[in-house]
Amino acid sequence: MTERLRVRLFFVAGPVFFLLFLIAARDLPPWGQYRGPYGDRIAELSVYERHATDVVNAINYDYRAFDTLGEEFILFTSVLGVMLLLRREDVSGDSQQVEDRATMSETIRTVTVPAVLLTLVFGFYVALHGQLSPGGGFQGGVILATAAWLVYIAVNAQLYKRLTSHTVTEVVEAVGAGGYALIGLMPLAAGVPLLTNVLPLGTTGDVFSSGTIAWISACVGVEVTASFLLVSYTYLQEILAGEIGGD
Amino acid sequence: MSSPIMMWAGAALLVLVAVAGLAVVRLRDVTSQVIALSFYGIVMSLVFFSFQAPDVALSQITVGAVALPLMIMLAISRMRFRHAKQQRKVSEHD
Repeated sequence: MTERLRVRLFFVAGPVFFLLFLIAARDLPPWGQYRGPYGDRIAELSVYERHATDVVNAINYDYRAFDTLGEEFILFTSVLGVMLLLRREDVSGDSQQVEDRATMSETIRTVTVPAVLLTLVFGFYVALHGQLSPGGGFQGGVILATAAWLVYIAVNAQLYKRLTSHTVTEVVEAVGAGGYALIGLMPLAAGVPLLTNVLPLGTTGDVFSSGTIAWISACVGVEVTASFLLVSYTYLQEILAGEIGGD
Repeated sequence: MSSPIMMWAGAALLVLVAVAGLAVVRLRDVTSQVIALSFYGIVMSLVFFSFQAPDVALSQITVGAVALPLMIMLAISRMRFRHAKQQRKVSEHD
């Protein structure tokens, strides 16, 4: 396609798109207004029914828990795919000669320790308070994974490798993904439908409240942390071997 | 959300979204493109926050501003490493 034809096509398609855009924009609700009966109803009901003050997570991990189960396994499967496709082809055992190369200054390394601790505490906080405040397992999991990346950036690659290359990470990821499914299957033993909230709901506003929502959120947190660590390590492993082994 | 200040702030945010989105598309260098994408993610999270959706805003920060740019950077750095290794092999043969 020549440049001129492309420009001509744009002058045909552009106005049509602009017209459709204007028609669509005319029917938008006013700024900041919400027109949907379902959202208002569930916002009223979820604290009463599920003792969860964060309605979004009550929907994600309870009312629509089956959707979220599927989404969690999308993440699990894509991590599997990345690890399968990017597995190392040439396993040259020269990564044994490890030299501890810390390229950063002493100041950065001193600041990193509190930064990593802060990240860990904040990540655990977000992951475990999903039923109470904005956040939940998914966001908390990504925050927890950034702690390991901080180690990689500021301390050294060797420690990062030791943290993430373990088979333990893979097992932890599987436990997180399987834990959600197990919590979902548990109600079947009691003769109620899949993913029913069968655990005691507790006091509203407590960390140990809202039944299965808190537990599922924690499982998702474990799974997301492990899968982000695995993916980042899979991408980096070749570079790490070159970096640590020296050339 | 009815106060005019909030409306103007929202309009300014939307303009910022447009500028950041244009920057992502128009930048040619991949590294700066990824940085622009991360900035775009942060601006989008502010938009979600201004619509009183803090949950979505938090997801947007973690995914749009941290995870997605990081994954792209990781993939690019891996490709560059591979490329450099191949070049080295070729030059060794010569």
